[in-house]
Amino acid sequence: MSILTVQGVNKSFAGLKALNQVNLKVEEGAVHAIIGPNGAGKSTLLNCFVGRLEPDTGTVTFNGQSLLNRRPHEINQLGVARVFQTPEIFTDLSLLDNVMIPAFAKRDGAYTFNWVPRVDGDAEMTDKAQHMLEDVGLADKQRMLAGSLSRGDKRRLELAMCLVQDPKLLLLDEPTAGMSRADTNNTIDLLKRIGERKITKIVIEHDMHVVFSLANKVSVLAQGTVIAEGTPDEMRGNPKVQEAYLGGAHI
Amino acid sequence: MATTPQTTPNQDRLLFVLFAAAVLTAPLWASVIGAGYPDLLQKFAIFGILAIGFNILFGLTGYLSFGHAAFLGIGSYAAVWSFKLFTVNALPAVFFGMVFAGLFALVIGYISLRRTGIYFSILTLAFAQMSYNLAYSVLTPITNGETGLTMNQDDPRFIDNLFFAPEGNALPSTNLFGIEMTGFSGFYFCAVVLIIAFYIAMRISRSPFGMMLRAIKSNQNRMNYTGFNTRPYALTAFVISGVYAGLAGSLMAVTDPLAGAERMQWTASGEVVLMTILGGAGTLLGPVLGAGIIKYFENIFSAYNAQVLERIFDFLPDGIDHAAASVAGLFVGEGWHLTLGLVFMLIVIFLPGGVMEGFTRLRAKFSKPTVESSSSGSTTSPAKDSA
Repeated sequence: MSILTVQGVNKSFAGLKALNQVNLKVEEGAVHAIIGPNGAGKSTLLNCFVGRLEPDTGTVTFNGQSLLNRRPHEINQLGVARVFQTPEIFTDLSLLDNVMIPAFAKRDGAYTFNWVPRVDGDAEMTDKAQHMLEDVGLADKQRMLAGSLSRGDKRRLELAMCLVQDPKLLLLDEPTAGMSRADTNNTIDLLKRIGERKITKIVIEHDMHVVFSLANKVSVLAQGTVIAEGTPDEMRGNPKVQEAYLGGAHI
Repeated sequence: MATTPQTTPNQDRLLFVLFAAAVLTAPLWASVIGAGYPDLLQKFAIFGILAIGFNILFGLTGYLSFGHAAFLGIGSYAAVWSFKLFTVNALPAVFFGMVFAGLFALVIGYISLRRTGIYFSILTLAFAQMSYNLAYSVLTPITNGETGLTMNQDDPRFIDNLFFAPEGNALPSTNLFGIEMTGFSGFYFCAVVLIIAFYIAMRISRSPFGMMLRAIKSNQNRMNYTGFNTRPYALTAFVISGVYAGLAGSLMAVTDPLAGAERMQWTASGEVVLMTILGGAGTLLGPVLGAGIIKYFENIFSAYNAQVLERIFDFLPDGIDHAAASVAGLFVGEGWHLTLGLVFMLIVIFLPGGVMEGFTRLRAKFSKPTVESSSSGSTTSPAKDSA
């Protein structure tokens, strides 16, 4: 059963067609990679899932509900979490706070004027966040300021912030962009481990190494339209894909 | 390695008890530095409340308002009207001051919070200047224009006149169930309100709500993608700080039943920004300290005049003493704002976290005098006068 269905989505910027009749079905529990050359419309498509952009025409349906005309926080409350290309974390707060905040969003909703109890008196939230930090290997740094982490650790933290909400769908926008090979491999391991949690994931990625290690389904986007779809192995040999995306280079 | 300070409930309790004790014993210790008289102590308390509230919006949430004097003024007008229409009791005046400031904050905040950063600041500034000009022009029936709003002999004072026969021709003075709000009793009323205001700010700061405000300041974009509707959070913070300002304004009227439009001028809005930054934005004690420091030095420095300076520099040879006195004269008396400006520049450049950061650095220096202190001094040079 598909958890996210995209049908006939078009999006233009000042006459430039960024997305052209995009259709996409993401199966529940899948790790679905969206690949394509620069300017293919990958990020535009992702932004249409999270409320940052509205498609000109077409529908985006998540779990039976339309994602159109909803603001980012409403979409998150439906169970969609997002990892950004550059980690978006609360740099002035501790790692523990960083992970507790999304946990509160999940439990208490989009707005609560909860000014009486102490944060550190909430054992449920503290435990949850601490366990999450242990899962991603940051438990020993929980009192540090998030801004002082390395790039790789920031990415781990951002993943922890998304995972603590137990999302139904996790969107990963180039999760290894700008990382060293070692950090990239660590991130792949981490993503594989959280793959056991049965969270549907959409990965936008440039790095073929990452795509072929993680994904079980690949959609290839070129010039705003899906030109091929299948398993990673099928895509590897597809001449259309090689032509459009890889320029004939070997992978 | 940057870590975050963590306070336990017991440390907070201690902080609160010490704060309350320091405020209540102020008449004793403040006389040592020549500030032990009620007029100045009241100012400390009232501007302390204003700065605590401002800090909830600026220090925690990261929205720099340049219009908080408007709420101060509204609080004052509402309080004086409460004296005129209902009763000279202080409690209803404080209540109306908070309610009206809160309602205005709701409207102004709702509109201004559609923008962030400098545009938000400009919007709040525009609203405050609008209020200031309205108070001088079309709203004169309510504000009594340039003269300022005062109590009159023939005010209705419905509640007072209902229960007590009007006594003689004397204008009644503001009171709290018979305790007159002048002198030290006036100060103690403000002091108790300050302690309550501090306690509430402390709860907010340690609560999930306070954590969300800090998160908005840190990364609003992430907050939205984390499932929070940030606008009502910011609006709540705006209204709370507006209510604090209204409370401060009404206390000004309680201790001196007069409300003038000059209270709403942009310089008054700027002053509370200075107080908060000087003391340490985002900290609990910082804004109160900043308010106290500015009001104290305003009082000390403005008292110096040409004659006093001539006497001080009398020991210098003739000619030089006059020169010294006229140079020093630039920095005191009416020129005390020059001193304030210089001090403010030094603080922002060398101690961006305000006086509170200074305390933290000193403590780090004395507790761990070796390797740690050099790595904890983050961006600016370590204090030079440590020897």
